[in-house]
Amino acid sequence: MSQITRDEVAHLARLARLALADDELDGLAQQLDVILDAVAAIGQVTDAADVPPTTHAVPVENVTRPDVVTPSLPRDVVLAGAPEAEQDRFRVPRILDEEA
Amino acid sequence: MTAYEQALAEFAPVLGLETHVELGTASKMFCGCATTFGAEPNTQVCPVCLGLPGALPVVNEKAVESTIRIGLALHCTIATWCRFARKNYFYPDMPKNFQTSQYDEPLCVDGHLDVEVDGEVVRVEIERVHLEEDTGKTLHVGGATGRITGASHSLVDYNRAGIPLVEIVTRPVAGTGVRAAAVAKAYVTELRDLLRGLDVSDVRMEQGSMRCDVNTSLHRAGEPWGTRTETKNVNSLRSVERAVRSEVERQAEVLRRGERVVQETRHFSEATGATSPGRVKDDAADYRYFPEPDLVPVAPDPAWVAALRAALPAPPSVRRKQLVAQLGLSDLDAQAMVNAGVLDVVLATVEAGAPAAEARNWWLGALAQRANETGVEPAELPVTPAQVARVVALVAEGTLNAGLARQVLDGVLAGEGEPDDVVAARGLAVVSDTGALGEAVDAALAAHPDVADKVRGGKVQAVGALVGAVMRATRGQADAATVRALLLERLGVEG
Ligand SMILES: [Zn+2]
Repeated sequence: MSQITRDEVAHLARLARLALADDELDGLAQQLDVILDAVAAIGQVTDAADVPPTTHAVPVENVTRPDVVTPSLPRDVVLAGAPEAEQDRFRVPRILDEEA
Repeated sequence: MTAYEQALAEFAPVLGLETHVELGTASKMFCGCATTFGAEPNTQVCPVCLGLPGALPVVNEKAVESTIRIGLALHCTIATWCRFARKNYFYPDMPKNFQTSQYDEPLCVDGHLDVEVDGEVVRVEIERVHLEEDTGKTLHVGGATGRITGASHSLVDYNRAGIPLVEIVTRPVAGTGVRAAAVAKAYVTELRDLLRGLDVSDVRMEQGSMRCDVNTSLHRAGEPWGTRTETKNVNSLRSVERAVRSEVERQAEVLRRGERVVQETRHFSEATGATSPGRVKDDAADYRYFPEPDLVPVAPDPAWVAALRAALPAPPSVRRKQLVAQLGLSDLDAQAMVNAGVLDVVLATVEAGAPAAEARNWWLGALAQRANETGVEPAELPVTPAQVARVVALVAEGTLNAGLARQVLDGVLAGEGEPDDVVAARGLAVVSDTGALGEAVDAALAAHPDVADKVRGGKVQAVGALVGAVMRATRGQADAATVRALLLERLGVEG
């Protein structure tokens, strides 16, 4: 049974900024169905046992740090990771149709 | 009747306010990078706030504490267990391609803030207060105005990315009628004063440490609420009021033409006072939130929350009444300061050590004038009550006279540092050294023998011209009364 439509794959691809061809959309829809089916098996067990969803493998809470300043990276090291740098800033392509 | 009043005679407004506040912590939300405003670009960043692979964020406990204190001061319920969530979007202001925020489990929910408008109390309900991280700052290059339109590319500084940011969201505020704009401004003002009282943020709207988005919609009485727009970029108290007025007028025009208001983000222009359309909400707003796997849940200990609640300062409304009574200010005086929007800064200046009369005179006088010239509220000027109190003290101890004090405050407003720095850098201290003053006095007498003769001849008031000459020669740094006394002494005339 198909759970995920071709349109949904296209929507997700757009959100993830992936350019997918039409035939790729069909193929991925089928593959994602298989993955969702596999994951659905967990639901059969947890629904019956009324188990809350797990988001962490270890039951730990309140891991915090005091508000203390530690050294940052040197700027040349920071900008070495930038695709391009200009005026000590990361240079990125202009963003269309949006306002900062 | 103004266009705004006309619009609200015809339609009922519903407002919603989302306020972002940068917390005043020393370090960032999830890493130890400093949060200093105005640092050199990209000097306060590390693998965590750059989102480099393998970096592990850890929650700043002070930021959690500050958020809980804000929630308590707003009468919210504090969560006993909550998580951070990833808000996924592609925009270069976040190097991680997501912002760590809170989604369906905010730290604080269901509160309220009472504000006073025209002597009447309006209760603004708070839906939620949650903790997230600020984004980097983008600079658009190649366009004529520094805006994105026409820009060839953008430059990003990530110093601000990862600074703890609290978002305070109201429930829809309905039933305000023609007071809508005043209620919005009063809410943001009261919220700013409350946050300042909690000492959790410097709440400087002009520096962006407090920012406001205003949602506005209109509907006809008896009909369902209208489509709302979200106005961003509202960066001063005055702008909050102007943004509501302008959006109410615009939407009324649209509805009168029988057209529909488009749900969209709009941008407020400080220059024109009007809003203009931004991005239309589409699937880009599909953020695919999910619990942040790199952080563990936050479960505030109820005993800790109770201790924080017990240690809250009195709310601004109560503190105001106490101080007004303590200082023996009349209701009329207090009301004049409320109307001018300076009561809180006057009180803070008094708390910083200045006499009440001096504090009031500065904020209602020279500073109100500067605020008016630059189109902001006096309290939004880049000068703190402590700095004003310091200038008052410098006058009291004789280092400055009134004219010099104004120059020192202008220096502080121009970003030249603390009052003492400005005094030193500009060399502004009063010349009290009678030797140096004596030379200036002798020079003035030599330059104006005719005036000197008049004074000797009995026209004592003519000495004013000589006083003026000495004051000019000392660039206003002499004490006028001392100069006058010295001149008369030299001329052998009784004052
Ligand atoms: Zn960092």
